[in-house]
Amino acid sequence: MAKKIPLKRKYEMMTRGLAWDTTYQDMDDVYPYDKFEGIKIHDWDAWEDPFRLTQDAYWKYQAEKERKLYAVIDSFAQNNGQLGLSDARYLGALKLFLTGVSPLEYQAHRHFAHLARNIRGTGAQVAAQMQSIDELRHAQTQIHAISHYNKYFDGLHDFTHMHDRVWYLSVPKSFFDDAVSAGPFEFFTAISFSFEYVLTNLLFVPFMSGAAYNGDLATVTFGFSAQSDESRHMTLGLEVIKFLLEQDEANVPIIQHWIDKWFWRGHRLLSLVGMMMDYMLPKKIMSWKDAWEMYFEEQGGALFEDLARYGIRPPMHAEQANNEKHRISHEVWAIFYQYTHAAGFHTWDIDDEHKAWLSAEYPDTFDKYYRPRLDLWKQMAADGNRYYNMALPQLCQVCQIPMGFTEPDDPTTICFRSREYQGDRYHFCSDGCQYIFDHEPEKYIQAWLPVHQIFQGNCGGAEIPDVLNWYHLNLGVDNMAYEGSAEEKIWNDWMATRRVGAART
Amino acid sequence: MNVDIKAEDFTPRRHTYSNVARRYGEDRPASRYDEATYDLQATTNFHYRPLWAPEFEIFDTRRTAVVMEDWYAFDDPRQFYYATYNISRANMNAAADRAFEFVDQRDLMSRVEPGWLETVRHYLVPVRHFEWAADLNSLRITDYGYGTRVTSAAMFAAADRLGMAQLLTRIGLVLDGYDEAGLQTARTAWLEAPDWQGVRRLAEDTLVIDDWFETFVAQYLAADGMLHPLVYGVFDDAGLDHGATAVSMMCEFMVDWLKDNARWVDALVQVAAAESPENAELISGWYRTWRDRAVEAVSPLATTVLGDAGDSSVGTIKDALDARATGLGLEA
Repeated sequence: MAKKIPLKRKYEMMTRGLAWDTTYQDMDDVYPYDKFEGIKIHDWDAWEDPFRLTQDAYWKYQAEKERKLYAVIDSFAQNNGQLGLSDARYLGALKLFLTGVSPLEYQAHRHFAHLARNIRGTGAQVAAQMQSIDELRHAQTQIHAISHYNKYFDGLHDFTHMHDRVWYLSVPKSFFDDAVSAGPFEFFTAISFSFEYVLTNLLFVPFMSGAAYNGDLATVTFGFSAQSDESRHMTLGLEVIKFLLEQDEANVPIIQHWIDKWFWRGHRLLSLVGMMMDYMLPKKIMSWKDAWEMYFEEQGGALFEDLARYGIRPPMHAEQANNEKHRISHEVWAIFYQYTHAAGFHTWDIDDEHKAWLSAEYPDTFDKYYRPRLDLWKQMAADGNRYYNMALPQLCQVCQIPMGFTEPDDPTTICFRSREYQGDRYHFCSDGCQYIFDHEPEKYIQAWLPVHQIFQGNCGGAEIPDVLNWYHLNLGVDNMAYEGSAEEKIWNDWMATRRVGAART
Repeated sequence: MNVDIKAEDFTPRRHTYSNVARRYGEDRPASRYDEATYDLQATTNFHYRPLWAPEFEIFDTRRTAVVMEDWYAFDDPRQFYYATYNISRANMNAAADRAFEFVDQRDLMSRVEPGWLETVRHYLVPVRHFEWAADLNSLRITDYGYGTRVTSAAMFAAADRLGMAQLLTRIGLVLDGYDEAGLQTARTAWLEAPDWQGVRRLAEDTLVIDDWFETFVAQYLAADGMLHPLVYGVFDDAGLDHGATAVSMMCEFMVDWLKDNARWVDALVQVAAAESPENAELISGWYRTWRDRAVEAVSPLATTVLGDAGDSSVGTIKDALDARATGLGLEA
């Protein structure tokens, strides 16, 4: 009779039992990258597997999910599911997602493979390998889910080309380049912990909820299908951080610095999501402020209380981030409204109903600081003078967002910070970004800053049309105001046909 | 009679993503494989050099000496993207599950001659460690490789290797009546038995190859090309005379996999070698080096299992492999 082996033990045989300490080759040559960051690990056996999924179960489970997902994607395309959207303006969120986030999923795939190859703890290796193939799944299924939209809408058509070039896409790209160019344990802290565990409810979830609220059946079906993958990634993030903190006290300050850095890096990246939530979703999920309070201040607060026993304190600039929750979505929308002629999605004037919502959600700031600007712009557009800012903006050397954020104690003054390093002056949007630069100036001076690159003549030419051409953005189609766009026209035509149809019956 | 459902007509403004259309030379509907694998990897404007390898960009063609004008010239004949890959392997695995069940229900293990069972434990179960090294090598290719056309297939191969290492663990447990001591014995053989040391040394040496394309040739053409046909072909055949049908059934996944995977391996080697005489020479050199190493590595094991017939069996496998390599445009 077959003896029963406990599941935990069996999983260990299926993973840790496979590896051995090499003797024909030095272990440090086989694993050359897992010591240089100064992280000390004494006992990989203390690693608690965050999930126990053998490869055969993975194939079975994921194949089942894929069959269901592709059935929905096929049916969505066949039935012209795009007609079920709340409004064509919703597409802006999808464009931001495909050009800004899907390439990061891909990048995560490649770098989790790097971790799986280069960490010498087998339990952690296998978990990283599972995440690597999951991330490939996310990139490929997102491309397939959005493929149908690309056939009818603009700005989705060349997303990887754009990701490597377009000015605001250097924000997510540099974020991930920063993580993958770091050592393996910083990457774990940056992506598995800070990004997947602490901030995922503020990044991935708003896009998927936005899809659900706005009739985007294809994308939200992907979102539901990815939930179980995401929860694995989150548990891995927490296990990594606890494991590293428990292994050696000397790891604590190293990890604290990484948490400080990646919290702020993540917060700046998320300002794009804040804009999307407050301004780009025709049907709103919740305001950025509410999301920040629920997912960072409350849930994150509880997490950092829990981590206090390891000597970890909340991220250094958390207070500033909390303070900014009343502002950043408005500040970022203002940037994109002005520069929508150089963007791969449309912006539009905000109607009264939307303004009333913003006013109710942001009672302390909206009417006072942001409504007058929106009113003015709307009036200018009505006068035939829609505002486009033709001067190229100064970018923050670290987060690469145009310098449009304001002083911590004054939302009417743009925040400028700067540092001189090796004879050159570098500029930052915030204390948080300056802090990050100060720790690794030799890294951040390498940044490929889009505006500098345009001025240096590396982006197709000196005029905006040249640069757009180099971006593969079609002037007057992919960019500019939504009002009067090809996309608006198509949408209105479709909807008009449907109203006529409804009236007849 | 035709049943003709009328549906509203929506004219698409484009049929696929622009990067795919450029590769097709026209805008036409694309396969899911092409949309999921063309041009996903960043190629330019990297922000920072890796701290851990500052001589390279994050993705860098100089990670291999092989030179390609277009790293997307490769085609996976299986057209795998994530969904089709997993569905394929889920089906293969369902067949494996049925085989295990059948072996158990018919008590086929009891038909294996006791002496041969010892032999199987010795030649088969340690292969799980070889598969683990192959997994690491596949991850190296996924990590350092250039272009999604290559690396996405390498990722799937990595999952295959982990899956086979785990399947062999499962087989090891069956061979020992679910006593894990058998796995321990096999591990000791892998670490210490003289007839396994050639293979272990080969595996460890492949782990420190710098050039990912060389890793690919060493693992997927040379090491797999020698060890898999020996273990799952010749040794398995020999077992049929000793009542080892159960072992064949439980190993069928690996036999099917080798055939399936070879289609990808061959296509990759063929296209890279056809690109230029320099590539062909380089890859041929790697092939000869690692093939010789693999022949040397597996020979003692063949002698243990097959006695005097071992060397000639290894020779036959080598000749077949050389013929395959020659067919791919290499100089064997």
